[in-house]
Amino acid sequence: MNGRRLRRRVVSGTMTALVAVLSFVAVLALVLILGHLVAKGASSLDWNFFVKNPLPAGQSGGGVANAIVGTLIIVGFAALIGLPIGIGTGLYLAEYGSGRVGWIVRFVADVLNGTPSIVVGIFAWTWLVKPMGHFSALAGSVGLAVLMVPMLARTTEEMVRLVPHSLREAALALGYPRWRTSLRVIARTALAGIVTGCLVGIARVAGETAPLLFTALGNLNFSTSILQPMQTLSLQIYVYATGPFDEWHRLAWAAALVLMGLVLLLSLAARWAIRQHHGAAR
Amino acid sequence: MAPPADARLQLQTVRLTALYGRRAVVKDVSILFPKHTVTALIGPSGCGKTTFVRCLNRMHELSEGGWITGKVLLDGQDVYDPSIDAVQLRRRIGMVFQRPTPFPTMSIYDNVAAGLRVNGRRPRAELDSAVEGALRQAALWDEVKDRLRQSALALSGGQQQRLCVARALAPEPEVLLLDEPTASLDPAGTQHIEELCHELKTRYTIVIVTHNLQQAARISDYTAFFYLGDLVELGRTEELFTKPTKEQTEAYITGRFG
Repeated sequence: MNGRRLRRRVVSGTMTALVAVLSFVAVLALVLILGHLVAKGASSLDWNFFVKNPLPAGQSGGGVANAIVGTLIIVGFAALIGLPIGIGTGLYLAEYGSGRVGWIVRFVADVLNGTPSIVVGIFAWTWLVKPMGHFSALAGSVGLAVLMVPMLARTTEEMVRLVPHSLREAALALGYPRWRTSLRVIARTALAGIVTGCLVGIARVAGETAPLLFTALGNLNFSTSILQPMQTLSLQIYVYATGPFDEWHRLAWAAALVLMGLVLLLSLAARWAIRQHHGAAR
Repeated sequence: MAPPADARLQLQTVRLTALYGRRAVVKDVSILFPKHTVTALIGPSGCGKTTFVRCLNRMHELSEGGWITGKVLLDGQDVYDPSIDAVQLRRRIGMVFQRPTPFPTMSIYDNVAAGLRVNGRRPRAELDSAVEGALRQAALWDEVKDRLRQSALALSGGQQQRLCVARALAPEPEVLLLDEPTASLDPAGTQHIEELCHELKTRYTIVIVTHNLQQAARISDYTAFFYLGDLVELGRTEELFTKPTKEQTEAYITGRFG
């Protein structure tokens, strides 16, 4: 009797320690990456880094203003295209997706979710860059949007499915038409989750490089025209990190830190927005 | 269709059978719910009483595989007639569920106004007075009048359920369906809802599903006893409880089964 109790204690203690160590390892990776970025990049961050454009190779100084603005524009347009399609698809899957069509859409979304981003880039090149005859930020945005849609569709679906069935029934019993039930009651209740899903999606594509390599291409100058090639932080990091100059490596670290910071800001903003939304009713 | 002979008649089922796929869970039930009365549906779990009330406002057909045969007449008109829009019908028949279901993203005010707003825009003042009226009828006004803008989730379970009653009353339905409205409430909340039934029946026709026999005896004018999908007995409440005509009814109300 006592032996069994001891055995249980030992097993329980061992397992608890094991999962604690594993979570520590997971967090450690993040801390190491962040710490390394700060250590290597923070010293290069000054005002000029944010407001100046890159200087020709060999000259020291210069910044990544064009890449920061480019990232915002390209990711912004990608979100503009991808969010409505992704969320709409997710709502459809959750509300009407029980039949064969839903099964097919879900399957395609899952396949697309697993597609390497470089393949999406090749498609964006074939469908947009080639016919247009030149590289453009727009092609990059479309590539990123294609990556975003399946992610958003599946998370939106999951979030909507979490809304209790009783709420749907309550709305329908009150004389809500089905579409209005979906939008005013179900989607609104799932909003916090959907917004978080969008944010994760945006943050993920903000760091993508592969689909932009042969679409947005990169640009040494400041450009805001979405029909022209445009620089992004990820492309800038790629070029700088693979270049031969120490000065470039230094800038790559700094740019990586800025990119992380942008993603972090994005998640903080969304969290704040969710709290505001829920606070309004309180 | 000719007007009903009894002018007080409002809601009636005629040989109503409710099915899930090929399985009938309510069989051939005909009940007449006179206007401005309370009718209690009693019976053991799984006897079909909830499915039965869900047929009255056409919620049953939203369930997977749900369909019916027979008729449900509201003021003499079959609510399953193709010319009747189920969404419009549900605005005439309010429903309150077993568990409180306030809309979590809406304020107290917006919850009550929800059923009105879905019927089209209306002036602010009109909305205000309708919301107040509904909350007063649900005996909740005094408790929430100073915090109408707060989230409905801030209310207690009993208050949430009365909020759901107010929400169902705001569009001024003719019939109120209560599906075990006190099942998740404490005795005080239960008493509140029961008192409401007494007051509300002067304006509405009420159908209440309940597991609580004392509750049925306390608040209803008529009681229907369901067993395995059949309507076993229907009668005036005091008669059904004091001298039931069927053996099954007597067994159930004296606690010998169910």
